Amino acid sequence: MADILVYSEKMDAALELASKAKEFAGALGLGLSAAILGVDGTGAADAGRLGEVGADRVFTVFDPALDGLAVDVTAEALAQVAREAGATVVLVASTRRGKELAPRLAQKLGAGCVTDVNSLVLDGATLVAGRYAFGGNTVAMETVDTGVKVFAVMPKTFEMGPAVAGAGLVVSPALALQPSTVKLVERRQKDGDAVNLEDAERIVGIGRGLGKREDVDLGRQLAAALGAELACTKGLSDFGWLAEDRVVGLSGAKTKPDLYLSVGISGQIQHTVGISSSKLIAAINTDKDAPIFQLADYGVVGDLYEVVPALIEKLNSI
Amino acid sequence: MKLDIVVCVKTNPDLQMIRIKNREPVLEAIPFRVGDLDKNAVEAAIQLRDAAGDGKVVVLAVAESNRKVRETVKEVLAMGADEAVLVVDPALEATDQAGVARALAAAIQKIGSCDLVLFGEGSTDNYTGQVGSRVAELLALPQISYARKITAGGAGVLVERSMDESIETLEAPLPAAVTVVSEINEPRIPSLMNIMKAGKKPVEEWGLADLGLEAGTVAPVRTILSNLAEEQDRKHIMFEGSAADQASAFVNALIKEGVLGR
Repeated sequence: MADILVYSEKMDAALELASKAKEFAGALGLGLSAAILGVDGTGAADAGRLGEVGADRVFTVFDPALDGLAVDVTAEALAQVAREAGATVVLVASTRRGKELAPRLAQKLGAGCVTDVNSLVLDGATLVAGRYAFGGNTVAMETVDTGVKVFAVMPKTFEMGPAVAGAGLVVSPALALQPSTVKLVERRQKDGDAVNLEDAERIVGIGRGLGKREDVDLGRQLAAALGAELACTKGLSDFGWLAEDRVVGLSGAKTKPDLYLSVGISGQIQHTVGISSSKLIAAINTDKDAPIFQLADYGVVGDLYEVVPALIEKLNSI
Repeated sequence: MKLDIVVCVKTNPDLQMIRIKNREPVLEAIPFRVGDLDKNAVEAAIQLRDAAGDGKVVVLAVAESNRKVRETVKEVLAMGADEAVLVVDPALEATDQAGVARALAAAIQKIGSCDLVLFGEGSTDNYTGQVGSRVAELLALPQISYARKITAGGAGVLVERSMDESIETLEAPLPAAVTVVSEINEPRIPSLMNIMKAGKKPVEEWGLADLGLEAGTVAPVRTILSNLAEEQDRKHIMFEGSAADQASAFVNALIKEGVLGR
């Protein structure tokens, strides 16, 4: 029997994929397999969780060659699991690691691949993947035409389902893996206060309308008054004014807050692609022709150095 | 130390210039440019070559669908790349990432001497990030993606790379494939003198047959059903008056929307 195979080095993302894949597998008459890859048995306990959201089989591969999850060996391990499972569809999470992995895996399997997928639906018996194209100007809907299909799906595209099934069958295949010639020398956590913009309900986004680094504080005060997270454009992060994990847009977070208030942001598509799913978009900008206003529910044309303090005062008074 | 580097570049429509008409991107009369991250890769290659003291930087581009590659590649030659190799073939018109990777891999093999293959992490237009990984697999090369710092020495490279939550330092033997992120450097802007000199640098042009590839090997393995701008339905309410009036009207609107004061 053919299967859908899901994998992510991030267990939450793997569970999201498995939850949705269960639905696809049911509709397509396929089985559902999941993979756990690691050096020692640390991840073994997660096999049960993958089974609970619907995986019929959980392939666990623990091998010293997977130390550091070098992409060449990870792709080889997953390719071998995919063959063992008879997978015709492979879903991996489009984290940085997953987006690096998916095309290498696809190449091994002679498969077509779509990365950064932000929607995946069944049209009859065909999986149709949506992703941003032309720098975020458009959404491309794509199908993969090879016998085996690989999709790298953005984390949080699907919701994690409830635990509905029993434990899956745990399979531990004996794989032949050679260690990578790429060696991990050091891994350190990124600095910064680990903000999660994807889950934020309110966001104040600041851009290059701010004249100097100290003015980031004005954004911070506005965010505090609104009970919002502070975010920025890539340009501002490139200046080093805010950490990379606060960037919204094509190369950063894709947000979906109740309110996105943009301050001093002109509205280049590379940024707005990360805000277009907001329930409400508001913008403050000096230029009445700035593209951000075409996206805005509420707009204020004005000097942010006058409007923002007035707004903070008003917010603090209610 | 001698370091021969191939940098794979893609030419893209200038996205700042794209207009949307009836949800379709209008691409007529849009200029083409070498991708932003590809320029970071070229800059990294030039710096590595210069630090090594010997070797050359070859820029390699696959001319999928009329992307004016002959003209655009001059820009990166002017930055300081030594030569360019272009793969131009009508069969590439409809190709995809898998086909481009196949053509690039075959061209890299034909170029021969190559210690390092560099790529931008993704293209400026579609950002699929597939090509680097696919080429690395085709050539069975060790691969490091998302490099923000590359140092070559001995028989290998030391690469610092930026992952979702961590910074990793990795070591790979040469030859290797590395993709770069924008923070790795600030690509130089070529001087007028160098732009003029770039016209005299060698540019080799190959067809698929020169690479021993049949047209079928670059046929696409995915279908694009549609590629349209998202529809946005927004209120477009603008607040007038003094800053205080605007602030007040805005806050009242937020209360009415239920965003504030719940």
